[in-house]
Amino acid sequence: MRTLIHPFDVAQDTEMLEPLDFNRRSRLKDVDRTFKAEILNIIRLTDMEKLFQIRIMNPQERERFTFLPGQFVMLELPGYGEVPISISASPTKRGTVELCIRRAGVVTGALHRARRGAKVGIRGPFGTHFPMEEMKGSDVLLIAGGLGLAPLRSPISYVIDNRGDYRDVHILYGTKDPSQLLFTYQYDEWSRIDDIDLQVIVEQPDASWAGPVGLITRLLDDIAVDPDRTYAIVCGPPVMFKFVCRRLSEAGVPMQRMFVSLERRMHCGMGKCCRCNIGSTFTCMDGPVFDYWSVMNLKEAI
Amino acid sequence: MLFRCLPKEEFKALVELMMQETEIVGPKQVGTRQDGSAVHQYLPVGSFDEIDLDYETTEYSAKTYFLPYRENLSTYRFTEDDWEQEIRYRLQPRAIIGLHACDINGLLKLDKVFARNFFPSPYYISRRKNTFIVGIDHEPCRGGFCRSLGTESVRGGFDLFLTDLGDRYFVTINSDRGYSALQMVSSREITDADTHDYLEVRKRIADHPQEEVQVHNLPNLLDIEFESEVWKRWGAKCLSCGSCAMVCPTCYCYGVTERVSMDNTTGYKEKQLYSCNLLDFATVAGGHNFRPDRNTRLKYRYYHQHRGFVEVYDEPKCVGCNRCGRVCLAGINPVEVIRDLQAEEEL
Repeated sequence: MRTLIHPFDVAQDTEMLEPLDFNRRSRLKDVDRTFKAEILNIIRLTDMEKLFQIRIMNPQERERFTFLPGQFVMLELPGYGEVPISISASPTKRGTVELCIRRAGVVTGALHRARRGAKVGIRGPFGTHFPMEEMKGSDVLLIAGGLGLAPLRSPISYVIDNRGDYRDVHILYGTKDPSQLLFTYQYDEWSRIDDIDLQVIVEQPDASWAGPVGLITRLLDDIAVDPDRTYAIVCGPPVMFKFVCRRLSEAGVPMQRMFVSLERRMHCGMGKCCRCNIGSTFTCMDGPVFDYWSVMNLKEAI
Repeated sequence: MLFRCLPKEEFKALVELMMQETEIVGPKQVGTRQDGSAVHQYLPVGSFDEIDLDYETTEYSAKTYFLPYRENLSTYRFTEDDWEQEIRYRLQPRAIIGLHACDINGLLKLDKVFARNFFPSPYYISRRKNTFIVGIDHEPCRGGFCRSLGTESVRGGFDLFLTDLGDRYFVTINSDRGYSALQMVSSREITDADTHDYLEVRKRIADHPQEEVQVHNLPNLLDIEFESEVWKRWGAKCLSCGSCAMVCPTCYCYGVTERVSMDNTTGYKEKQLYSCNLLDFATVAGGHNFRPDRNTRLKYRYYHQHRGFVEVYDEPKCVGCNRCGRVCLAGINPVEVIRDLQAEEEL
């Protein structure tokens, strides 16, 4: 008797390549395969956050893994789960991936207990990125609130590595109190770079705090924004970027030149699980980086 | 498209031949309602007689055979300080007999998400390609509103499609394996009489009275009425149980969890279908919930069905089968919700 349904083995299928698009080019059979990566270094930033430097173990996979500032990976601890984490380093530094992670749940809790040498999995990179090319030749405002410095550190490093391509650069950073400041050991380095203006502000100073006090928008008071040649990247909680973007908008900066990074629950990173939908937009595919005009048009985004 | 005419006893012979080599799933009566009507489900059957092709509708859609409620995505084998990932796709062939046009249209919509978009899913494609589908024409079910969504007929996504002409089936053939299958039994060329009878049936189906609801204005309306009281009214009824998404032929959202075997040697990454009406659907680490209210979650489901999906694929996600309306414990019915929303506009 003839076979009616010829079994189709999807694992043997090599022809089904995805449309060639940056970061969406994984082969069909690689969709749920995770790159095995080793934790090289763990750097304690605050009581709640650590920076994990990881490296993909297979050299070919490492070569294939390229990303742009603003993109994220799905970080997996086999047996614990998988979480979306934005990349905190510049793509100019090939080979290693830096992830700044707050202890917040089951997976990140386990990760905070992990030691150097532990093997984790990463899939990705996923999502949209900050338009670093388009921003060339313009003034750049890099503004972060709280944990927002984690994704912002990627464009900061990118701008530093390509300093000649950008005009005036301001880095503005604010947190609730000084103990929450991330990457404090790098402020000195950043502010020493010629022509980069770094300002840090806190809402609730402690006894040793000598810097400015208040909300992040206060730092904008002293900056003369040239609306015709300014791009802004704003990372932080919605209430923070709403006020910052409104402020910049009043100064005349077009909303399509302000970029924010949104956070949502994600279970796939590939536009399938629907958990990150905002109204009808997939944060993992159409975001996490959106220009502010798009955010204004997203229902329930802010 | 090719057409053949197949006597009913030959179709039975065909299914019995297929049954020898593959699992057969079909509409099977599983109970009786208080009003005497039969309850059907798509279930594996052991003989042709268990399949009731005259069924009206099923409680659950057939999506579980393509997107199982629980599915293993990968298995991890742990050693001292390392792990290996193992991925297996389902390869066993299966045939589903007797899907109605709405359910096949539902599969076509899932194809767009899982097989024709960025990041196609090998899990889905493997199941889809290894499933032989025989559809069948029927008169619209009570409460359904498929015609409003253009899903009362289907142009693809199946292997064979039957139209009941009394003693014989008018068969639409849509794949080479469907064509080969027909060659195992004796079918014949269609005659003018067959075509005439077929068109009669099609006309009868098209003229069958049915609920009607306007959907073309929904993408815009859902934006305008985003803050509408309608959502609060219906949201207050919703129990957030997620039943609507479970029975829906096109609801595909899911969650992924991992667990470890008792002896710590193996880890499992498992996907389970979810529902946007469940409380923690959009809760992020740290506890913030982007949709803490029942009405925002209910609204979101309609928003995805009739706005989000349209934006990406130019058609609503809904196929109008009204399974969600039938299963809802709180009596939330999509036709009434949509009409309510449209009535708001007319005030």
